[in-house]
Amino acid sequence: MTSQSLHAHLVLASRFENIEVAERTLRDLCDQAGCDGDDLYWVVTALREALANAVRHGNRSEPERKVFVDYLVDPSTVTIQVEDEGEGFDPATIPDPTDPENLLRPNGRGIFYMQQFMNQVEFGQAPNGGTSVKMVKQLQPKTKENEE
Amino acid sequence: MKSEIRDRGNVRIIKMSGKITIGAGDVKIRELIDQALEDGKKHILLDLAGVSTIDSSGIGEMVACYTTVTKQGGQLKLLRLSPKINDILQVTQLITVFDVFDDEEEAVGAFT
Repeated sequence: MTSQSLHAHLVLASRFENIEVAERTLRDLCDQAGCDGDDLYWVVTALREALANAVRHGNRSEPERKVFVDYLVDPSTVTIQVEDEGEGFDPATIPDPTDPENLLRPNGRGIFYMQQFMNQVEFGQAPNGGTSVKMVKQLQPKTKENEE
Repeated sequence: MKSEIRDRGNVRIIKMSGKITIGAGDVKIRELIDQALEDGKKHILLDLAGVSTIDSSGIGEMVACYTTVTKQGGQLKLLRLSPKINDILQVTQLITVFDVFDDEEEAVGAFT
């Protein structure tokens, strides 16, 4: 485990299989930073949702469009930024998936999961006009008990 | 995602393991449910004990399958959720939609 911040940047073609590449990179960084267990599981879940949105909704699954992923991981915080090359969107237009009338909708839960599992989720416009999402997770402090 | 299929009486039990995620496992769920319905099995039990990861696409496909099966007069129930998948269904309140069981005997007996 390192006490230093770890930084990585990926540029990915818009293919769903590249979500696995982004996940492996995150797991690698988190392993070095000592982030594991529940925290890691939920951060990976949020990352996968952000990537899936960027590929499917942002870049319309056009492989020549890129997805940019930035990671900053230290023992207390994981920060991930995902940008696509799409046309951008307003997250406020996504209906609440927990509203009884939306419960049986087959889609519309990805952003909700990101918001549930991360401490901070901010949407903005990427420099190229696409969507940018920044997600932050404060990690649970390590105790001797949960390190064993 | 891997799957094993067996029938107990008129109940199709589909045991899934691995990832149910966008572009792979989500499509597979749809195929397995379509196959069950084609085989005349309208009582379907999804055993999720071996599922390590499910994303919103996988959840969405499960919801779509639930709707399809219900519209055809069948029932789709869930068996053996891991604590994490239980949490994922809880936060979106889908736990109120699905019948969830820990015991296969009990689950099979719950189909009406």
